[in-house]
Amino acid sequence: MTINLEHYLILSVILFCFGIYGIITRKNAVMVLMGLELVLNSANINFVAFSRFGGLNIEGHVAAIFVIILAAAEAAVALAIILNIYQNYKHINVDEISNLKE
Amino acid sequence: MTHDTLLILSTIILLLPLLGFTIIIFWGKRIGATWSGIIETSILGIALILSIIVCYSKLFTFASEELIQIKFTWFDFGTGGIKVGIGLDNLAAIMLIVVTLISFLVHFFSTEYMKGDKRYSRYFAYLGIFTFSMLGIVLANNFLFMYVFWELVGLSSYLLIGFWYEKDSAANASKKAFITNRIGDLGFFIGIMMIFFTYNTLMFDEVFEAIGNGIFPFDSTAFLTATGILVFCGAIGKSAQFPLHVWLPDAMEGPTPVSALIHAATMVAAGVYLTARIFPMLTAGAFIFVAFIGAITAFIAATIAITQFDFKRILAYSTVSQLGYMIMAIGVGAYTVGFMHLVTHAWFKACLFLASGSVIHAMHHALHHLHDHHTDPQDIRNMGGLRKKMPITYITFLIATIAIAGVPFTSGFLSKDGILAATLAFAHLSGGGIYWLIPLFAFSAAGMTAFYMFRLTIEAFHGKPKIKAAAHTKENNFQIVAPLVVLAILSFWIFYSINPFDISSGWLYQKLPAPTTVVPAESQWNHLLPINDKILETQHNSHSYANLFEEEMHHQHGSAMILSILIAGGGILLAFAIYQFKLANPDNLAKQFGKLYKLSFNKWYFDEIYQKTFIGGTVLLSKLMAIFDNYVIDGLVNLSSLITRGISYFIGHFDNIVIDGLVNLSANITGFLGLMLRKLQTGKVQTYVIFVIIGIILLFYWLW
Repeated sequence: MTINLEHYLILSVILFCFGIYGIITRKNAVMVLMGLELVLNSANINFVAFSRFGGLNIEGHVAAIFVIILAAAEAAVALAIILNIYQNYKHINVDEISNLKE
Repeated sequence: MTHDTLLILSTIILLLPLLGFTIIIFWGKRIGATWSGIIETSILGIALILSIIVCYSKLFTFASEELIQIKFTWFDFGTGGIKVGIGLDNLAAIMLIVVTLISFLVHFFSTEYMKGDKRYSRYFAYLGIFTFSMLGIVLANNFLFMYVFWELVGLSSYLLIGFWYEKDSAANASKKAFITNRIGDLGFFIGIMMIFFTYNTLMFDEVFEAIGNGIFPFDSTAFLTATGILVFCGAIGKSAQFPLHVWLPDAMEGPTPVSALIHAATMVAAGVYLTARIFPMLTAGAFIFVAFIGAITAFIAATIAITQFDFKRILAYSTVSQLGYMIMAIGVGAYTVGFMHLVTHAWFKACLFLASGSVIHAMHHALHHLHDHHTDPQDIRNMGGLRKKMPITYITFLIATIAIAGVPFTSGFLSKDGILAATLAFAHLSGGGIYWLIPLFAFSAAGMTAFYMFRLTIEAFHGKPKIKAAAHTKENNFQIVAPLVVLAILSFWIFYSINPFDISSGWLYQKLPAPTTVVPAESQWNHLLPINDKILETQHNSHSYANLFEEEMHHQHGSAMILSILIAGGGILLAFAIYQFKLANPDNLAKQFGKLYKLSFNKWYFDEIYQKTFIGGTVLLSKLMAIFDNYVIDGLVNLSSLITRGISYFIGHFDNIVIDGLVNLSANITGFLGLMLRKLQTGKVQTYVIFVIIGIILLFYWLW
């Protein structure tokens, strides 16, 4: 069996769904962050798959690398936020951080 | 001396008493009581000297000119300006001396009489404004100034009559004087309005000229008569004529020198002066009205004076009676003698009043000395025998009494005789009938005047002292006696006419020719019209008289004189018989004429009648008005308020329930929706993410 574009896309969808599931269901902010990383990586798989089978060529690779860099930066910022939340609330349970409501 | 200087001097005379008033009213406390008296008295002295100068120049230097006057526009009003000014004719010039001399003597007298009064300086201020107002009336040459000063006289008399306002009677008397005067002034004012409406000017000379040119109010001589009578109404009030004479006897509540001022020169003379001023515009009808008012006043007041016991009240009624004479004289057309009686009467009446002040002053001190504070110092039943105690007062009083009684060789005889001759002449010329009542009233009043004046003299000065205090009186000092002497001297004939039996040969008579009437011939007495060639043809002598009336007066002179001497002599003899020689007992006489006596003693019940009718009527009307107000007007107001309240109640409920309900409903709906929707806003990022994903999925679903 040859592996072609559909397989990559299905993998990407599964990964994306896991990521979303992680974001929605986890209470720990770090776990939410990890879910986010999964979503980003599923997007990366899409980019690379389209550059191999579609007409994206080198641009797809560049976009994937750009997303990795973005993910690194995002992780840094997000972890800093989480640290601040921890300092204020002494926990990082996102269910209880609902100040936005008011 | 030019016209301008004369007018400037007159203005200075007018303003001097006002200056005194201003100084004393504002700085009276600082300059002190004594000095305010001295200042005001000396100001009047200056005014007197100036008046003599002005009068002399007017009468002799400017004898040919009838009227010297100045006019200027005071203010613009509608289509034309209102002109005012001051004027000086012989009448005003003589009146200036009368007013200033009497005012000066009264001031001088008051410096002693009012000594020790707590409002001494204010008293002099009031005297000042009183004199100022009267001088204003004298110098006015238009109805507007006349009316303004007329009211000022009313005001200052109010202040002076009520000077001792702690006494209820004084306060009431001042109110009575003021209100009674207002009634007359109302007529005066309507008259002025009619004149202004018709002629568009208030200057005397312009109005008279317009009447002469045949312009009448509402184009009818009847309305000219009405206008004359209305203006004369002012004189009825001020000069205390029937039926408005009731205030004058009550005005005795003021200090006695004030009474002298009111009765002689300043206030009551104003009415006679006004009647003399409007003499040219009076029609035959108005003349009859004036004459009858005067005659009735003279008669009624004389009858009342016979039975009174209050020293000043007798004099007050004699004033009313004499004023009736003057008005009557002008009413029958005897302008000159009427005004002359005003002048001569001013001297002897001022003398009588100041003498009564002297007596009361002495009685008061004697009573005070005996520690008697209940006996009335003005009641003649408490006097008697004052002749020996107060010789100068007695002699001056006697001279004035003789003058007012009309005994020959006095000024009173001259003028009164003229008036009596005039009434006889009038009755003859007007065709007799009811007009004979006027000489009848005049002669009987003359007899009564002689009687009651001598009754007063005998009761007060002759015989033995009736109470202890009367025996303890003593003559007053110089300030009180000197004015009496001056005034008594002026009561002799020599100052007015060399011939003591004929007034028409005197200088005063020559200087005061009656003004020519301007009323058209058909509505004027024939005998008052100026004699022209046509009438002259029917005359048998060529003696120059201004009109038929003066000629007839001349004819009646002899009989009038004899009659008046007889009647006055009869009155005097009767008084002596009853009161001096006790040939009859006055008490028995009073009982014999019970009803007449009571009528006279109670002043013909005028006060009671007015109390019952006018005052009672006014009170009743006020009560009816009050009831009407309370029930009808208030009822309507309350009803409308009730209706408004009812409507408001419903509107309020409509507002509360319906309008507010709608508003609340919408608010509640919004609130409820908000409450529902806020549940979506959980604040949890994960929830939002779910919404986003659902949204995207739906989006994809719909777009595909």
